[in-house]
Amino acid sequence: MTAVLATDRAAGGVVAQGRRARARRHRTVLVVLVLAVVAVAVVALCVGQRSYAPSEVLRVLLGEQVPGASFNVGVLRAPRVLTGILVGVAFGMGGVVFQTMLRNPLASPDIIGVSAGSSAAAVVAITMFGLSGAALSVVAVVAGLVVAATIYALSWRSGVQGARLVLIGIAVGAMLDSVIGYAMTRAGIYDANEALRWLTGSLNSAFWPGVGPLAAALAVLVPTLLVLARRLPALQLGDDAAAGLGVSPDRSRLALLLVAVAVIAVATAATGPIAFVAFLSGPIAHRLVRGTGALLVPAALVGALLVLVADLVGQHLLVHRFPVGVVTGVLGAPYLLWLLARTNRSGGSL
Amino acid sequence: MTDAVHTLAVEGITVGYDDRVVVHDMTLDIEPGAVTAIVGANGCGKSTLLRAMARLLPARTGRVLLDGTPIDSMRSRDVATVLGLLPQAPVCPEGIAVADLVGRGRYPHQGWFRRWTTQDDVIVEQALVATNILDLADRPVDELSGGQRQRVWIAMALAQQTDVLLLDEPTTFLDVAHQVDVLDLLVDLNRDRGTTIVMVLHDLNLAARYADRLVALTDGRLYAQGDPSDVVTEQMVRDVFGMAARVVPDPVSGTPLVLPLGRHRTGRGTQPAGEAATRPATERPAAQPVP
Repeated sequence: MTAVLATDRAAGGVVAQGRRARARRHRTVLVVLVLAVVAVAVVALCVGQRSYAPSEVLRVLLGEQVPGASFNVGVLRAPRVLTGILVGVAFGMGGVVFQTMLRNPLASPDIIGVSAGSSAAAVVAITMFGLSGAALSVVAVVAGLVVAATIYALSWRSGVQGARLVLIGIAVGAMLDSVIGYAMTRAGIYDANEALRWLTGSLNSAFWPGVGPLAAALAVLVPTLLVLARRLPALQLGDDAAAGLGVSPDRSRLALLLVAVAVIAVATAATGPIAFVAFLSGPIAHRLVRGTGALLVPAALVGALLVLVADLVGQHLLVHRFPVGVVTGVLGAPYLLWLLARTNRSGGSL
Repeated sequence: MTDAVHTLAVEGITVGYDDRVVVHDMTLDIEPGAVTAIVGANGCGKSTLLRAMARLLPARTGRVLLDGTPIDSMRSRDVATVLGLLPQAPVCPEGIAVADLVGRGRYPHQGWFRRWTTQDDVIVEQALVATNILDLADRPVDELSGGQRQRVWIAMALAQQTDVLLLDEPTTFLDVAHQVDVLDLLVDLNRDRGTTIVMVLHDLNLAARYADRLVALTDGRLYAQGDPSDVVTEQMVRDVFGMAARVVPDPVSGTPLVLPLGRHRTGRGTQPAGEAATRPATERPAAQPVP
């Protein structure tokens, strides 16, 4: 007891104690999220039209040949689960960077038209130019960056303000949606089917050849984003306060935006824009973490969890098999409505 | 806190937004180790001047010198270890704890490899003690009252440990008791740590009482600067605020106290506005307006 009191009284003791307690809570949330992702991933590997025991799945993952399981788990389910985790991480992290940086929960790339930019370019490339594979992915990533740059430039008026960027982004997104609609009406039935993935987002075409490039791109982009995100705590306090702390708001925002868009676009190129994952992950992570620490990693884990759970639900729990984006869309839409209603009621700006 | 006294000076700066010039050719030396208050009517450019000094706005002509070096040629992080800023409306992240928000003031002192240390904990705790909010350390900032919140922001600026602190209307939105409270706190800081304080203040009487030096602006130009009892005169109040007033010694502090002469209820002992304004200033001689 006296020892505790002594440390309390040591200089910085009170602050250190509170900070450590919050860090512990933050770590607990992270550990629980990681365990949840692992658990759902194991379920997703085991369960299917033909289910396997975890021990069989483990043997497949260790490289053993198990009749049946080696194909179903090793060839079909493993790349699907891995892709789901990777794009979930990307959407979750990219989304929360947008939302934090622009200080607005609506400023998520899937709301403000960045994802729609990738989708529109991909759909046009498929239906009008017959592109596929790597070329298609490159087009989608470049289009995401171009659209983000356009939105940023349009909302520039001696600095960028979150609410204006959101409104301009929504308008740009609507324009891109009409481009998608036009391209779809012109498409042949086979192309339209392929293009459909770019509208809702789906893991149905997630196989091993796609996992490598996705993982490689994210292995570069995610650490870059984490490093740049060290400026987010200062940016969060407003541009003037950030500048007072030695963070140049415009330059930092541009760098963060660029990398976050690249992360989102790379994931979109892999699976299409899985509806609302970017939009939902940050706020859910915020609820879990409750001010105890940075949101990037928790949001990434929540994103992975959302994609995996939604894909499980879409594949096995419903009457028909739905692509993952349909399920996340059903989850996300009510939250969007609630957010808009709450924002209006409190009378605040966006 | 280093013993080195940092200097801040403004050399003929012109500042504005878009095509509107707000501050014209201003030259000003901030007295090191003193409390300076910038006063003036709404829209006279006092916040703009402060923002330019904090390099939030680029000067079109002229320059801001920190320790003799043009501030826009310095690294942002280096500036931030010497010059702190409390903006008018900083944004409070949802759900953040008081100690964590105050800890963000340590950002300029942390580099790529130097992360959070015990030393940072000590400095944050000192800032919380100085602002008398140590018992709130673990509370979420959004649950606090306006006065407490302002203390948190000031504590954040303290944790930044800068020798110069700029504050843009630190008393807005506070009731009079909390206004006095915040100003007392800033003077404590000035006396105890020798921090140079420059603040924009709305309330001329509080500015005259708490500042060592006043800078009065009209229409983006320097009207007068100096000791409050030299600067605040009936003539100055009329020129700067366009208002007729009596100026008497504050019975509490001896500093000038401005008593506005409105059109109504100015009964015994005062003259109607027009007459009062034409009367020579009583009590003390008028400060010389800057030529």
